Amino acid sequence: MKVRVFVTLKDDVLDPQGRAVVGSLKTLGFQGVQDARVGKLIELKLSTHNKTEAEKQVKDMCEKLLTNAVIENYKVELVS
Amino acid sequence: MKWGVVVFPGSNCDRDCFHALYDVLKQDVVYLWHKDKDLKGVDAVVLPGGFSYGDYLRVGAMARFAPIMDEVVHFAKQGGPVIGICNGFQILVEAGLLPGALMRNKTLKFMCQDVFVKCETKGPWTRKFKSGKILKMPIAHGDGQYFVRDNQLKELQTHDQIALRYCSAQGDVEEKFNPNGSILNIAGVYNKKKNVLGLMPHPERASEDLLGSSDGQGIFESVL
Repeated sequence: MKVRVFVTLKDDVLDPQGRAVVGSLKTLGFQGVQDARVGKLIELKLSTHNKTEAEKQVKDMCEKLLTNAVIENYKVELVS
Repeated sequence: MKWGVVVFPGSNCDRDCFHALYDVLKQDVVYLWHKDKDLKGVDAVVLPGGFSYGDYLRVGAMARFAPIMDEVVHFAKQGGPVIGICNGFQILVEAGLLPGALMRNKTLKFMCQDVFVKCETKGPWTRKFKSGKILKMPIAHGDGQYFVRDNQLKELQTHDQIALRYCSAQGDVEEKFNPNGSILNIAGVYNKKKNVLGLMPHPERASEDLLGSSDGQGIFESVL
Protein backbone atom coordinates (compact mmCIF):
# COMPACT_ATOMS: atom_id res chain seq x y z
CA MET A 1 0.00 0.00 0.00
CA LYS A 2 1.22 3.49 -0.87
CA VAL A 3 0.91 6.15 1.77
CA ARG A 4 1.66 9.86 1.70
CA VAL A 5 2.63 11.75 4.82
CA PHE A 6 2.42 15.55 4.67
CA VAL A 7 4.52 17.25 7.30
CA THR A 8 3.93 20.94 7.98
CA LEU A 9 5.06 23.42 10.59
CA LYS A 10 2.43 24.26 13.17
CA ASP A 11 0.58 27.51 12.49
CA ASP A 12 2.20 29.43 15.32
CA VAL A 13 5.71 28.39 14.32
CA LEU A 14 7.59 30.90 12.20
CA ASP A 15 8.59 29.50 8.81
CA PRO A 16 11.63 31.39 7.53
CA GLN A 17 11.70 29.35 4.31
CA GLY A 18 8.07 30.21 3.60
CA ARG A 19 8.83 33.86 4.20
CA ALA A 20 11.73 33.72 1.74
CA VAL A 21 9.45 32.07 -0.84
CA VAL A 22 6.91 34.90 -0.43
CA GLY A 23 9.71 37.44 -0.90
CA SER A 24 10.96 35.76 -4.07
CA LEU A 25 7.50 35.36 -5.55
CA LYS A 26 6.79 39.03 -4.96
CA THR A 27 10.07 39.93 -6.64
CA LEU A 28 8.87 37.93 -9.63
CA GLY A 29 5.72 40.00 -9.76
CA PHE A 30 3.29 37.69 -7.93
CA GLN A 31 2.04 40.50 -5.74
CA GLY A 32 -1.05 38.60 -4.61
CA VAL A 33 0.90 36.09 -2.52
CA GLN A 34 0.03 36.67 1.11
CA ASP A 35 1.76 33.75 2.78
CA ALA A 36 3.67 30.56 2.04
CA ARG A 37 4.45 27.64 4.28
CA VAL A 38 7.03 25.08 3.23
CA GLY A 39 6.47 21.48 4.28
CA LYS A 40 7.61 17.97 3.44
CA LEU A 41 6.00 15.09 1.60
CA ILE A 42 7.09 11.59 2.52
CA GLU A 43 5.86 8.72 0.34
CA LEU A 44 5.93 5.30 1.90
CA LYS A 45 5.37 1.91 0.38
CA LEU A 46 4.08 -0.56 2.94
CA SER A 47 3.75 -4.31 2.67
CA THR A 48 0.34 -4.34 4.32
CA HIS A 49 -2.87 -3.93 2.30
CA ASN A 50 -4.99 -3.38 5.37
CA LYS A 51 -6.03 0.27 5.79
CA THR A 52 -6.42 0.19 9.55
CA GLU A 53 -3.09 -1.54 9.95
CA ALA A 54 -1.40 0.95 7.60
CA GLU A 55 -2.83 3.93 9.49
CA LYS A 56 -1.68 2.48 12.78
CA GLN A 57 1.83 1.83 11.49
CA VAL A 58 2.20 5.26 9.94
CA LYS A 59 0.94 7.02 13.06
CA ASP A 60 3.59 5.20 15.04
CA MET A 61 6.27 6.13 12.49
CA CYS A 62 5.22 9.79 12.58
CA GLU A 63 5.35 9.94 16.34
CA LYS A 64 8.69 8.17 16.60
CA LEU A 65 10.69 9.52 13.70
CA LEU A 66 8.99 11.26 10.82
CA THR A 67 7.77 14.34 12.66
CA ASN A 68 8.70 16.44 15.67
CA ALA A 69 5.55 17.10 17.68
CA VAL A 70 7.00 20.28 19.20
CA ILE A 71 6.94 22.12 15.88
CA GLU A 72 5.21 19.96 13.28
CA ASN A 73 1.80 18.62 12.31
CA TYR A 74 1.18 15.76 9.92
CA LYS A 75 -1.56 14.43 7.72
CA VAL A 76 -1.69 10.90 6.34
CA GLU A 77 -3.19 10.00 2.97
CA LEU A 78 -3.68 6.38 1.95
CA VAL A 79 -3.14 6.37 -1.82
CA SER A 80 -3.73 2.78 -2.89
CA MET B 1 38.06 11.80 34.90
CA LYS B 2 37.16 9.68 31.88
CA TRP B 3 35.26 11.34 29.04
CA GLY B 4 33.44 9.78 26.11
CA VAL B 5 33.08 11.64 22.83
CA VAL B 6 30.36 10.09 20.69
CA VAL B 7 31.12 9.74 16.99
CA PHE B 8 28.19 9.58 14.58
CA PRO B 9 28.62 9.31 10.83
CA GLY B 10 28.84 12.99 9.94
CA SER B 11 30.20 14.26 13.26
CA ASN B 12 32.92 16.79 12.53
CA CYS B 13 33.77 18.30 15.91
CA ASP B 14 34.60 15.00 17.61
CA ARG B 15 38.35 15.51 17.19
CA ASP B 16 38.16 19.11 18.37
CA CYS B 17 36.40 17.92 21.53
CA PHE B 18 38.94 15.15 21.98
CA HIS B 19 41.78 17.65 21.58
CA ALA B 20 40.30 20.15 24.05
CA LEU B 21 39.78 17.45 26.66
CA TYR B 22 42.90 15.35 26.11
CA ASP B 23 45.60 17.80 25.04
CA VAL B 24 44.41 20.96 26.75
CA LEU B 25 42.69 19.69 29.89
CA LYS B 26 44.80 16.51 30.21
CA GLN B 27 41.78 14.28 30.65
CA ASP B 28 41.31 10.62 29.89
CA VAL B 29 39.17 10.49 26.71
CA VAL B 30 37.72 7.73 24.55
CA TYR B 31 35.67 7.85 21.38
CA LEU B 32 32.30 6.12 21.51
CA TRP B 33 31.19 4.84 18.10
CA HIS B 34 27.50 5.32 17.32
CA LYS B 35 27.04 1.56 16.95
CA ASP B 36 28.57 0.83 20.35
CA LYS B 37 26.26 -0.38 23.04
CA ASP B 38 28.28 0.52 26.08
CA LEU B 39 29.78 3.72 27.39
CA LYS B 40 33.14 2.12 28.31
CA GLY B 41 32.82 3.32 31.89
CA VAL B 42 33.05 7.04 31.13
CA ASP B 43 32.18 9.68 33.74
CA ALA B 44 30.85 12.23 31.25
CA VAL B 45 29.54 12.14 27.68
CA VAL B 46 30.03 14.69 24.90
CA LEU B 47 27.75 14.74 21.85
CA PRO B 48 29.84 16.78 19.41
CA GLY B 49 28.84 19.05 16.57
CA GLY B 50 28.58 18.07 12.94
CA PHE B 51 25.95 16.80 10.56
CA SER B 52 25.06 13.40 11.94
CA TYR B 53 23.42 11.18 9.34
CA GLY B 54 23.62 14.07 6.90
CA ASP B 55 20.99 15.98 8.90
CA TYR B 56 18.46 14.05 6.82
CA LEU B 57 14.77 14.43 7.63
CA ARG B 58 15.42 16.81 10.57
CA VAL B 59 18.62 17.74 12.35
CA GLY B 60 19.35 15.14 15.02
CA ALA B 61 16.32 13.02 14.12
CA MET B 62 18.22 9.95 12.94
CA ALA B 63 21.08 10.18 15.42
CA ARG B 64 18.79 9.87 18.40
CA PHE B 65 18.05 6.29 17.34
CA ALA B 66 21.71 5.27 17.07
CA PRO B 67 22.46 2.26 19.32
CA ILE B 68 24.75 4.33 21.57
CA MET B 69 21.91 6.74 22.34
CA ASP B 70 20.01 4.21 24.46
CA GLU B 71 23.03 4.14 26.73
CA VAL B 72 23.42 7.92 26.68
CA VAL B 73 19.75 8.41 27.61
CA HIS B 74 20.06 5.86 30.40
CA PHE B 75 23.26 7.51 31.65
CA ALA B 76 21.61 10.95 31.59
CA LYS B 77 18.55 9.69 33.43
CA GLN B 78 20.82 8.29 36.15
CA GLY B 79 22.22 11.82 36.56
CA GLY B 80 25.41 11.36 34.52
CA PRO B 81 26.82 14.57 33.02
CA VAL B 82 26.05 14.93 29.31
CA ILE B 83 26.80 17.89 27.06
CA GLY B 84 25.48 18.34 23.54
CA ILE B 85 27.25 20.92 21.41
CA CYS B 86 25.57 22.28 18.27
CA ASN B 87 24.44 19.11 16.44
CA GLY B 88 24.76 17.40 19.84
CA PHE B 89 22.22 19.89 21.23
CA GLN B 90 19.91 19.10 18.32
CA ILE B 91 20.22 15.39 19.09
CA LEU B 92 19.44 15.97 22.79
CA VAL B 93 16.18 17.77 22.01
CA GLU B 94 15.18 15.10 19.50
CA ALA B 95 15.95 12.44 22.11
CA GLY B 96 13.71 14.25 24.57
CA LEU B 97 16.49 14.83 27.09
CA LEU B 98 16.00 18.57 26.68
CA PRO B 99 12.77 20.44 25.94
CA GLY B 100 12.02 22.36 22.75
CA ALA B 101 13.27 22.11 19.17
CA LEU B 102 16.01 23.61 17.01
CA MET B 103 14.82 25.08 13.77
CA ARG B 104 16.28 26.72 10.68
CA ASN B 105 17.95 30.05 11.51
CA LYS B 106 15.59 32.97 11.12
CA THR B 107 18.09 34.54 8.73
CA LEU B 108 18.09 31.34 6.62
CA LYS B 109 21.86 31.72 6.58
CA PHE B 110 24.48 29.39 7.94
CA MET B 111 25.91 31.50 10.76
CA CYS B 112 29.64 31.10 11.34
CA GLN B 113 31.02 33.73 13.70
CA ASP B 114 32.11 34.47 17.25
CA VAL B 115 29.27 35.29 19.61
CA PHE B 116 28.99 36.41 23.21
CA VAL B 117 26.77 34.53 25.59
CA LYS B 118 25.81 35.32 29.14
CA CYS B 119 25.72 32.70 31.89
CA GLU B 120 22.26 32.85 33.34
CA THR B 121 22.39 30.10 35.90
CA LYS B 122 24.61 27.88 37.99
CA GLY B 123 24.79 24.19 37.22
CA PRO B 124 27.30 21.38 36.84
CA TRP B 125 28.44 22.63 33.42
CA THR B 126 28.64 26.31 34.39
CA ARG B 127 29.82 26.01 37.97
CA LYS B 128 33.10 27.81 37.24
CA PHE B 129 31.33 30.97 36.10
CA LYS B 130 29.75 33.72 38.15
CA SER B 131 26.17 34.40 37.17
CA GLY B 132 26.20 37.06 34.46
CA LYS B 133 29.67 36.08 33.22
CA ILE B 134 30.10 36.77 29.50
CA LEU B 135 31.76 34.11 27.35
CA LYS B 136 33.11 34.44 23.83
CA MET B 137 32.69 31.32 21.70
CA PRO B 138 32.14 30.60 18.01
CA ILE B 139 28.92 29.34 16.46
CA ALA B 140 28.66 27.47 13.15
CA HIS B 141 25.16 26.32 12.35
CA GLY B 142 22.22 26.56 9.99
CA ASP B 143 19.62 25.21 12.41
CA GLY B 144 20.10 26.93 15.73
CA GLN B 145 16.85 28.75 16.29
CA TYR B 146 15.71 27.48 19.67
CA PHE B 147 11.96 27.16 19.98
CA VAL B 148 9.73 26.16 22.88
CA ARG B 149 6.03 26.58 23.46
CA ASP B 150 4.92 29.17 26.03
CA ASN B 151 4.10 26.63 28.73
CA GLN B 152 7.50 24.95 28.31
CA LEU B 153 9.23 28.31 28.34
CA LYS B 154 7.59 29.15 31.64
CA GLU B 155 8.70 25.81 32.98
CA LEU B 156 12.28 26.49 31.83
CA GLN B 157 12.18 29.79 33.68
CA THR B 158 10.57 28.35 36.79
CA HIS B 159 13.23 25.67 37.07
CA ASP B 160 16.03 28.05 36.14
CA GLN B 161 17.05 25.93 33.15
CA ILE B 162 18.09 28.70 30.76
CA ALA B 163 21.88 28.37 30.83
CA LEU B 164 23.17 30.78 28.20
CA ARG B 165 21.76 33.70 26.22
CA TYR B 166 23.22 35.56 23.25
CA CYS B 167 24.35 39.06 24.20
CA SER B 168 26.74 41.89 23.30
CA ALA B 169 30.37 41.96 24.44
CA GLN B 170 29.10 44.03 27.38
CA GLY B 171 26.35 41.57 28.22
CA ASP B 172 23.27 43.30 26.79
CA VAL B 173 20.76 40.62 25.89
CA GLU B 174 18.99 42.17 22.92
CA GLU B 175 17.46 40.93 19.69
CA LYS B 176 20.24 42.48 17.59
CA PHE B 177 22.76 40.15 19.25
CA ASN B 178 20.63 37.10 18.49
CA PRO B 179 22.27 35.33 15.52
CA ASN B 180 19.50 32.87 14.71
CA GLY B 181 16.16 34.07 16.07
CA SER B 182 16.17 31.87 19.17
CA ILE B 183 13.37 32.58 21.59
CA LEU B 184 14.57 34.92 24.37
CA ASN B 185 18.08 34.79 22.84
CA ILE B 186 18.53 31.31 24.30
CA ALA B 187 21.89 29.75 23.34
CA GLY B 188 21.91 26.88 25.84
CA VAL B 189 19.53 25.04 28.16
CA TYR B 190 19.76 22.59 31.01
CA ASN B 191 17.42 19.73 31.79
CA LYS B 192 15.59 19.94 35.10
CA LYS B 193 18.26 18.02 37.01
CA LYS B 194 20.92 20.15 35.29
CA ASN B 195 23.19 17.21 34.51
CA VAL B 196 22.41 17.64 30.79
CA LEU B 197 23.40 20.80 28.93
CA GLY B 198 22.75 21.60 25.28
CA LEU B 199 24.28 24.64 23.61
CA MET B 200 24.80 25.94 20.10
CA PRO B 201 28.18 27.70 20.63
CA HIS B 202 31.32 25.55 20.52
CA PRO B 203 33.28 25.55 23.81
CA GLU B 204 35.80 23.11 22.33
CA ARG B 205 36.73 25.66 19.67
CA ALA B 206 37.27 28.26 22.39
CA SER B 207 39.45 26.31 24.77
CA GLU B 208 42.85 27.84 24.02
CA ASP B 209 44.03 31.45 23.77
CA LEU B 210 45.62 30.49 20.46
CA LEU B 211 42.11 30.03 19.06
CA GLY B 212 41.01 33.52 20.06
CA SER B 213 39.26 32.58 23.28
CA SER B 214 39.66 30.12 26.11
CA ASP B 215 36.28 30.87 27.67
CA GLY B 216 34.88 27.51 26.61
CA GLN B 217 37.44 25.65 28.71
CA GLY B 218 35.51 26.58 31.85
CA ILE B 219 32.50 24.62 30.68
CA PHE B 220 34.45 21.37 30.59
CA GLU B 221 36.37 22.29 33.76
CA SER B 222 33.12 22.87 35.60
CA VAL B 223 32.38 19.15 35.75
CA LEU B 224 35.88 18.03 36.76
